[in-house]
This record gives sequence, structure tokens and C-alpha cells, in this order.
Amino acid sequence: MNTATVSSQTSVSERAKAVAAALILGFVLVYTVGFAASANVHNAAHDARHGLAFPCH
Amino acid sequence: MVTRVLTVSLLAGLLAGLLISALQHVTTTPLILKAETYEAALRAQPAPMQAAFTGEARIHLAHGPAAHGDEHEWKPQDGFQRTAFTSLVTIGTAIGFAALLLAGMIAANERIDERRALAWAVCGFLAFGLAPAMGLAPELPGAAAAELQHRQLWWLMTAAVTAGALFVFLRVGASWARALAVLALLLPHLIGAPHPVAPESRVPAEIAAHFAALSLAIQAALWLATGFAVGVLWPWATRRSAATAAA
Repeated sequence: MNTATVSSQTSVSERAKAVAAALILGFVLVYTVGFAASANVHNAAHDARHGLAFPCH
Repeated sequence: MVTRVLTVSLLAGLLAGLLISALQHVTTTPLILKAETYEAALRAQPAPMQAAFTGEARIHLAHGPAAHGDEHEWKPQDGFQRTAFTSLVTIGTAIGFAALLLAGMIAANERIDERRALAWAVCGFLAFGLAPAMGLAPELPGAAAAELQHRQLWWLMTAAVTAGALFVFLRVGASWARALAVLALLLPHLIGAPHPVAPESRVPAEIAAHFAALSLAIQAALWLATGFAVGVLWPWATRRSAATAAA
């Protein structure tokens, strides 16, 4: 493992925080755009949900 | 590092989302609009004919009063507003994909560059696009389908299991772990996706088949564009934060 790489310089706790932040952002966004049941969200996202092969209707 | 993750997710998602929105505008969206004309024709049919469809086949009309409340509920107006919302949602999806990609790569302590981010994006498409589509083929409005919650649950389970299995297969060398990973890849398909009793659609099969292929290609393009943007932007953001720290 190359010790000069940036990823191995950063501490484990900082990485854990970054992973948690990315996971929360990713899940919240993908859930809202692709899965949220609200009629308004569904109608706004309709064409994109179909166009990106998410289950719709 | 949290700031860097958020910055790169937002920028990469914005760039990839804008690019793919333009592609959608000339590929999948015209087919959705075309399918809606068949759906409207089905709705306009006399009641007994429609009852035959709504019985066993459980057809869900995309914008019908039965499926989504009354006619007064809000939806974007056709034309600019509808296109703008579709683009916005695609950008949101790309930001979400970029964040999930970064979460995986940072958790795995992977060096993030163009080639590695693209390789992870390919796996992202396999897990979130291709594997769920084997059970639940991409659908046009007006297609008959099983209960939405059941399909969403199967879709999410398949994506999560496939992503985990790909990671174990590629990262854990042990033969028993790889055998388990292959078993996990097959498991959602052995269980099987929920399907309607009798599939019925007014949309011609040629259009539906074209749409299924196109929407998978569009999702693949979204993953690849997002992965590439993450691979380009992450080293840039890292240099930038290092320069700020040194100053």
C-alpha cells in the first residue's frame, strides 16, 4: 500500500464521518426521487422514474 | 473530508445529471409521452371493457383518478415545467448515486481516481440497474404491474444484495466467500420479483421493448458519467483542500 496516498493519511474516524454523510445523502436522495409515495413527489418525478427504470405506479 | 464528500457529490451529480437529462429528453421521454396516448385511449373506453383490465390484471393507470387521488392534485404542466422537473429529479438521482459511490469507495479505503471510480460505477449499474431489471423490466406508463410496495421492496433488496455480493466477490479472495457471493447474486431471482397475474398493456410491444432497452442504457450512462465526474473531481478537491491546509 502506498503510504503517500491521501486516503491512508486521513484518520479512520474522519473517514467514518465522511462515509456516514455520503450514505445519508445518497439514501435520502435516491429514496426521495425514486421511491417516495407522496403524490406530488411522484408526479414531479414521474418521467425520470420511468426513464431510469425505477419501479413506478 | 465531509465537506469534500458533499462538494464532489453535488458537483459530479450536477454535471452528470445535466448531461443525462439532455439524453432523456430525446430518448425515453418521447416514448413515455407516446405511451400516455395509449393509456388515455384505454381510460376513454367504456366501463365494461375497462373492468376486464382492472380485474385480474390489476392495471394501474398512471394518471387515472383511481391510482392517484382526484384530478385536482398537482402535477407539472406538459412542456417546459415537466421537462424541468424531470431534469431536476435526474440531477438529484445523480447526486445520490455519486454520494453512494463515494461512500463505498471511502469505506473500502479505495484510491479515488478516474479508472477506479468508473469501475465502481459499472458495479453500481449492475446492482441498481441491470440486476433489478432482470426481475422488474423497465415499464412504460399503462403497463400492468403488481402492487407498487412489493415491487419497490424487491427492487431495493435486489440492489442491496447484488451490491454486497459484488463487493465480497471482488474483494474477499476466499473460495467459500466467493461461492456465497454467487449464491447471493442468484437469491433475489430465485425468490422472484412480484408480477401481475395477467400482464396486459395497450402499449405496442415494440415501443415497450425499445423503452426497456433505452431506459437501461440511460441509467448505465448516468452511472458512468457520475463515476467519471467523481473520479475527476475528487483528486481536484483533495489537492484544493491540501493547498488550503498548507496555506
